[in-house]
Amino acid sequence: MVKVDGSGSQSSLIQVRDLDKTYRRGGEEIDVLQGLNLDVEAGEFVAFMGPSGSGKSTLLNLLGGLDVPTRGHITVAGDEITHMSGGKLTEWRARHVGFIFQMYNLIPVLTAFQNVELPLLLTKLSKAERRSHVETALGVVGLSDRMQHFPRQLSGGQEQRVTIARAIVSDPTFLLCDEPTGDLDRKSADDVMAIIEELVGKYHKTVLMVTHDPVVAARAHSILHLEKGVLVEGKHTTPLSSAGGVA
Amino acid sequence: MKFARIIFANLLRKKVRLLLTIGSFAVALFLFAFLAVVNDAFQRGSDVAGADRLVIINRTSIINPIPLSYRDKILRIPGVKVITHNNWFGAIYKDEKNFFPQFVIDPENQRQVFPELLVSDDQWNAFVKDRQGAIVGARTAERFGWKIGDRVPLVSTIWGGGNWEFNIDGIYHGKLPQDDETQFWLQWDYFQEHVPAGIKGQVGWYVLRLDTPDDAVRVSKAIDGEFANSPNETRTETESAFAANWVKQFGNIKLLIISIGTVVFLTLLLVTGNTMAISVRERTPELAIFKAIGYSDRAVLFFVLAESLIIALIGGTIGLLLSVGAVPVLAKGLNGLLPALILTPSTLVLGTIFAVLVGLLSGVFPGLTAMHMRVVNALRRV
Repeated sequence: MVKVDGSGSQSSLIQVRDLDKTYRRGGEEIDVLQGLNLDVEAGEFVAFMGPSGSGKSTLLNLLGGLDVPTRGHITVAGDEITHMSGGKLTEWRARHVGFIFQMYNLIPVLTAFQNVELPLLLTKLSKAERRSHVETALGVVGLSDRMQHFPRQLSGGQEQRVTIARAIVSDPTFLLCDEPTGDLDRKSADDVMAIIEELVGKYHKTVLMVTHDPVVAARAHSILHLEKGVLVEGKHTTPLSSAGGVA
Repeated sequence: MKFARIIFANLLRKKVRLLLTIGSFAVALFLFAFLAVVNDAFQRGSDVAGADRLVIINRTSIINPIPLSYRDKILRIPGVKVITHNNWFGAIYKDEKNFFPQFVIDPENQRQVFPELLVSDDQWNAFVKDRQGAIVGARTAERFGWKIGDRVPLVSTIWGGGNWEFNIDGIYHGKLPQDDETQFWLQWDYFQEHVPAGIKGQVGWYVLRLDTPDDAVRVSKAIDGEFANSPNETRTETESAFAANWVKQFGNIKLLIISIGTVVFLTLLLVTGNTMAISVRERTPELAIFKAIGYSDRAVLFFVLAESLIIALIGGTIGLLLSVGAVPVLAKGLNGLLPALILTPSTLVLGTIFAVLVGLLSGVFPGLTAMHMRVVNALRRV
């Protein structure tokens, strides 16, 4: 259940309180996020929309521990991440966050298998265990027959599916998707969204997604708009909380 | 190691650039080894010098002789164990290009003063009995194809000129690879018979062995004091100092070699540093992904350093192996001009350290840049 007024319960998977993010450009300060609140329960699929420069990606970066806020707090699965050191935050990302980017960001000199295996190399899993995990992840995205292909040998949609496999292979707490279909044709976008929906529906993953595409956003449980640095409610496809819930 | 695949995959992504960078390392390390070998050859005299040997020359110059009569006076100085004397013969074998050092020796004491130059008793006894006899170093014998029993004509350029005939009675070998095996020894008595009257009874220099190296300073002072204010004052120094002064005649070889080596080092550093910087810049978004998915800053630094280190080690090894093959060819080509062109294990170790150092230094700045980059900024560059 998604809330944006700061009234969510302590049991929320993601809690954001009074989040500010200010950039300094030249001599000018730009307030991108201003007192933003957000509560996301486990298993939610939330889409963030808004015009360019509204701070959607900034919010995603803050939630993923890639950037630090100017003020405010972010707590994920009980971990307050806003005061973590760089090293701790890196470890935290490895454990809790799966990233899916618009441009796929696969390593071109590694095969699909090797790309997906990358997060597991940081774990203590044996080679056989890593292989099993990678095969499972690539199976979930329907690319079991493309494991030894390099990114250049895959279509855009397939590359994005490899990225999804890489994001889920270490079974993270939640997935952050930044325009996951932004570079894909409609058919490939549908395929990718179907996989994301499956991750939420079948595997109960929590997904936070930034998108410009209303059709894609409509497939989320909740849509939140970023306007003037705060989140405002959009529409919902699942039952929401009565007070402060997205309606 | 599980990260090796990532490192090698990155290394191989630009094969031409990789080959060129490895090539530049190979050439630089080859040059490094070559310079080190030449430097060693010039320094070898002082390196192999006996710690218990002193050389006595005329204070004015080594080309001014000293009377043979000094020998007994020197022998009386406490601490002197044994003494021998030599003259530079300076003859030509067939052609001026056929340079090799020839020394007039005192057969009685030569082997006691230079025990590291080995010749069998049979050959030595044959030499001692043969007024026209000669002992030749193994490298010079091999160079001219001389065998024991051969008769060798030399043309003197100093001692009144003319042809001198010698019988090769023996071939000496050095105890160590770096010992000089290019010399040609002829008998003092034969030399005395043929030189002009004014030269008779004059030696080029003395070499003596001490009872103990600790006596070197005291004995040197005693010898030079003994002949002070005489018509032929002496300068006595350790063999090591003598060899070092000899090398100085050619100019400051060490400074020259260090200067060239420094230029090579800096050039290589710039070339490989630039290559690594370009490589890292090209891969900024990829390195950002590594950091985003949980690779630490240190892991990213490790990847970059590992790549530059591998390039350095492969290139360095190729360069050093090439030098292992080339140095003997070079030594042969120089016809004994430098007596001991040897690529020693210490030079190879030093070369490897040099390669590792350049590899690490060239990778450290791009690596630190990658390490400190902000993921958010890097991902925007996609």
